[in-house]
Formats: sequence, C-alpha cells, structure tokens
Amino acid sequence: MLKIKDLHANVDGHEILKGINLEIKKGETHAIMGPNGSGKSTLGNVLVGNPNYEVTQGSVEYLGKNLLELDPEARSCEGLFLSFQYPVEIPGVSMTKFMRAALNQHRTYKGLEPLSASDFLKLVKEKREMVKLDSKLLSRSVNEGFSGGEKKRNEIFQMAVLEPTLAIMDETDSGLDIDALRIVADGVNQLSSPERSQIIITHYQRLLDYIKPDFVHVLLGGRIVKSGGPELALELESRGYDWIKQEGGK
Amino acid sequence: MNTATKNFIDLYTREREVIQSNSSEIINGLRTDAMLNFKKLGLPSRKLEKYKYTDVQKYFEGDFLTNFDRKPINYEPSEVFKCEVPNLNTVQAFLLNDSFYPTIDKKELLPKGVTVGSLSQMADRFIEWFAKYYGKIANTREDALVALNTALVQDGVFIYIPKNTVVDVPIQLINILSGDQSTLVNRRLLIMAEENAQVNILMCNHAVSAVDFLQTGVTEIFAGENAHINFYEIEETHSRTHRFNSTFVHQAANSVVQVNTMTLMNGVSCNNTNFHLAGQGAHADCNGMTISDKEQHIDNITLIDHAVPHCTSHELFKYVLDDKAVGAFTGMILVRPDAQHTNSEQTNRSICLTKEARMYARPQLEIYADDVRCGHGATVGQLDEKALFYMQARGINRDEARLLLMFAFVNEVIDKINIDPLKEHLHQLVERRFRGELCNCAGSALNK
Repeated sequence: MLKIKDLHANVDGHEILKGINLEIKKGETHAIMGPNGSGKSTLGNVLVGNPNYEVTQGSVEYLGKNLLELDPEARSCEGLFLSFQYPVEIPGVSMTKFMRAALNQHRTYKGLEPLSASDFLKLVKEKREMVKLDSKLLSRSVNEGFSGGEKKRNEIFQMAVLEPTLAIMDETDSGLDIDALRIVADGVNQLSSPERSQIIITHYQRLLDYIKPDFVHVLLGGRIVKSGGPELALELESRGYDWIKQEGGK
Repeated sequence: MNTATKNFIDLYTREREVIQSNSSEIINGLRTDAMLNFKKLGLPSRKLEKYKYTDVQKYFEGDFLTNFDRKPINYEPSEVFKCEVPNLNTVQAFLLNDSFYPTIDKKELLPKGVTVGSLSQMADRFIEWFAKYYGKIANTREDALVALNTALVQDGVFIYIPKNTVVDVPIQLINILSGDQSTLVNRRLLIMAEENAQVNILMCNHAVSAVDFLQTGVTEIFAGENAHINFYEIEETHSRTHRFNSTFVHQAANSVVQVNTMTLMNGVSCNNTNFHLAGQGAHADCNGMTISDKEQHIDNITLIDHAVPHCTSHELFKYVLDDKAVGAFTGMILVRPDAQHTNSEQTNRSICLTKEARMYARPQLEIYADDVRCGHGATVGQLDEKALFYMQARGINRDEARLLLMFAFVNEVIDKINIDPLKEHLHQLVERRFRGELCNCAGSALNK
C-alpha cells in the first residue's frame, strides 16, 4: 500500500528526515516511536502534503501512485488521513458545514453524487456515537473552544466519516485521560479492517495496549534505526531509548 | 479652488431656479447656506485628514446629466427591477435615481400613523415638523459633501414611526440608478422613530445601466426615547458607480440603533456614519462588511460621539480585499468630558487576498472622561494558511477552503442582522459574490 524509499525532508531549511525507508501492506498496523525531535510528526505531515515541509530526496508510492505529486486534497480523497497532533481551530466554519464539504468532495472525487442533507445527518449521528462526541460540538465552529480531549475525539470522528484507507495517528494519545484514550482507541479499532492500514505515532506504550501494532519502528535522528514486533514497544517502555542510541543506530 | 468644486458651484448657480421650483420650501430653505459652506470648504482633497484615502475631487470631475426639472418616471420600477428577499414580506418603496416612485408595495401592512413617502411631498405637508428636524443633524459646515447634497437635493424618502408603534414588517427601500449617460443623483432620507417605536429598514442599492453614476446621499435618523431602529444598507451596484454617502444618527435616552453597511459590489464608495449619543442609556451598533476586488474602492468613515454618561457602542467592520482593491476604515470614538461610564468597543478586521490589495485602518479614540471602558482593535492579514491546510487535508480543495474561510470571516457581520430570512439571503448573496456569480441586473455585466 505504502512504499517510502530514502525519504529526506526539510523544515525551514533544516533536514529533519534523513532517509526513511518503510513499507506498509494492506491491513497492517505500524507503530512509530521515538524521542522528541526525532522526526515522527514530520513524517506524518510530509505524507499528507503539508506545504511547510519540503521533500528533498526520495520517493513515496501509495496505492501505485506517486504520492508526492498529489495535492493535499487529492491525497485525502485517495484515502490518506492524518489525525493531527494539534488540530486547527477554524472560527466561523461550523463542524457540520466543514464535514459536509469534505465528505462531498470525497464523493465527487470518486464519481458519486453528493450526499443528501438527511443522509448526511444520519451518517454523522452514527459516527458521532462511535466516538461519543457531543452533538453540540457539531453546530460549533471547527475545534473552536473544544477541550484537548474533544479535539482528539473530533479527529477520530472525522476519520470515521471519511473512512480512510491509510490512517496516520500523530500522538493522538497525548493529552488524553484513560477514559478518553479508550474511546479513541475503540473508534480506531472499529475502523480497522483487512483492507485498511494504520500508522500510530506515539511516545508511549500506553496506546498500544489498546491498538495492537503488527510492527514497531524506532525513529531516531530522522531515520528508522530499529524495527520489530509489539515486544519492541514494551522493551522501549522499560529501557527507554538510550540503549538504541548506544547500539549506534545500526 | 479646484475645477470640480467650481463646476458644481456653476451648476448650482445656473440651475438654482429649476432646482427650487421643483422641490419643497423647507428643502429649499437650506440651500443658500449649504452652498456658502460648500464654497468655503471646497470638495475635499486628500490633504484633508478625513478623506486621506479617497480622492473625492477626481470622482466629481466630468459632465453629468441631472434631472433637476423632474422629468416624470414613465415606467414601473417594480417591473424593471425586482429585489425580493425570499421568505420575507416587506413594504417596498422605490427610489429611481432621486425620484420617489408614488406606489408603495404592500403599504396596507404598515400600522396606522406610520408614514413612508416622498421627502419633498411630505415636507410640504408637515411644514412645522420638517422645520424642526430636516437638516438639523446633517451639518453642512463641516463636510463639503453634506453641504453639496443639501444644496442640490430635491427629493428622497421620508419615514415616520409615531410613538409606541412597532412596525413588524420591514420597510424596504429599493434605490435604483438608471440612465443613458453619466448621471448625477442626489438623495436624501429622513427617518424618525419616536418614543418606544420600533422599525427595521432595509435599503438596497442597485445600478441597472452600464454608465457612470455619481451619487451623493445624506440620511438623517432620529431615534426617540427607547426607540429601536435597525438600518441595513446593502450596496450591489457596479464598477462605475461612485457613491458618497453620509448617515447621521441622533439617539435619545435608552434608544438602540444599528446601522449595518454591507458593500457587496461597487465602484467607489465612501460611507460616512455618525452617531450622536445624546440620551443616557442609548446603545449604538455600527457595523459594516465589504467584499471588494478588481479596482474597487471602499472607504468607511465612522464617528461615535458619546456626549452623555452611561451609553454603550459597539462597532465591527470587516473587509475582504482581492486583486487591486483598496479599503479604508477610519473609526473615531469620541468620549466627551460628561460621558462617564461609557462602554465602547471597536473592531476592524481585514483580509488582503493579494499583494496588490491595500487596506488602511485608522482606529481613533478621543477620550475626555476618566471612568470609561473603550476597547479597540484593528488587524490586517491573510487567510489562515494552517486552517486552509487543515481543510485540504480533509479533502476540501483549496478554492473551496478559501471560500469557506472568507465566508466565515464576513458572516460575523451578517449575523448581526436580526431578521432571519434577510440573514439567510445575505449569506447566499455573499456566497454568490465570492463565487463570482453575483449578477442580477443589466449594469452588473460590468462586474464580470
């Protein structure tokens, strides 16, 4: 589904990603862990086409297409989704209007008719209940005045509506209490299927108790320095990252 | 003296007899003084602080057709131009150029005692009343444009709401500019809502012919004690309409007046809005919104004069400027020495969509009382790139995302309207405007 080869990327002229190689197949869940500043969020943002990140080298193939050539909106319509670490507030644009515009653009992209108002509301209700998002939030402006937990739940709600093929969770667990974490994880798990893949970017093992990864990668200094199974996450939790640094990132 | 000023003095001297014989005595009564003041002041140059951002003289140069001899209107304006607000019943009056059209649509919906009619006819009928109010707050000594309008104007609209009368149905004034060649139009409005009266007035401005229009306008609004007036003005003209308007509001105690000036399509517009808070507990709401592109020019100049204690004012102006559009906002809040416990808030926010678009923001506060609250803020910026990207990342294409943001930006002003169908209509007009689909009359071909 996704093939990243020797990916290098800059932010403000500084090289953050220094040669990422990663392959994700259909139905797989990959966790990417690593200390602060190792490039985890950069990888997520580069994949969805954030214009503040400049790709300087390498390639990304997604569903057989050159991902780096696509606009952010086309990437979304092709089924790529990033749950943002810091969701943006958009004063004056209601959640309902925003989601309806997004969903209908996805449908137009696929050659489908826009959803009628009543069908849309039905869909929204179903997805909202899935992540236990307060219905009042939908009439409010996007993320405006939402608590930290509500913003994260809102990201998962959007994901539930758009049903992405490849979802990237960028520290979706940060700032969540245990209950909220479980709700978010349940939402993610309900959406997983043999046809869909996930990348979970996180600092902690905690989220991985709820969302079981098939693979765990350690990102350090802009490269993946170690890969393994779920047991690697547990080892990181008990030993930290220093031992990997000492292994020299080989 | 500049040429344009001289031309208008000559025009007045030449046409004076005709102007006078086709208007009413009260209106004629102010002409001589007004013209003297006009001569003294002259059309403002950009050296004058108030008109620093609009080259007034330039737009008054050239030859204009006038209708001082009041040639009768020989067609039905409501057939020429429909300006319906969906799902909203309104009493409709028409002003074709500066002539009041005699038939008022749905006049029967007005409560007893409410008058809507031609300014000059009513001035002949209510002589004493007019002598007391006409031209009393539109000062001709300070602004040449007000002086010129007072010297030349012959007709307009008069609206009178007697005390304790609530007018449920909005009164809609449809102003139409029409002509075969460059035309000068001078309009005048006089609005009075007495004690405890309530009224919503919607004024729509259109231009239906593809020629130059120069329009001067003066609106005087008197709000009696505890009166409530909402005055919504929408400009939907075209690139060759040059409009110079001054609105004066006088508020008695506990009155609430909103003036909301929305410029959707124009050429050059200069809107002066002046509030005089003369009675304690009065509240002024002064709002405006503009969407400009190409080489459109919009200048909103406001003055909120807090003359007595315990008054509040709220001001919000928002601009979206595209292409080479120029916007200006000058907002003066004057708190006089007696006006303790004034609470006043002014906000001006603008978005420049291109590098060539220009916005000049001048918040001005003069506070002579020491126990007051006055807040003000002015920002000029671009669309929020982070918000744009967030929407793109959800599949919304960039153009649509921009539209959603611009729409959200100006909606804050539209949402001040307290008539739901009108609010909804404005939302739709704004959306069409942003999509480049706003063309509902012949003159609007110019806007493409």
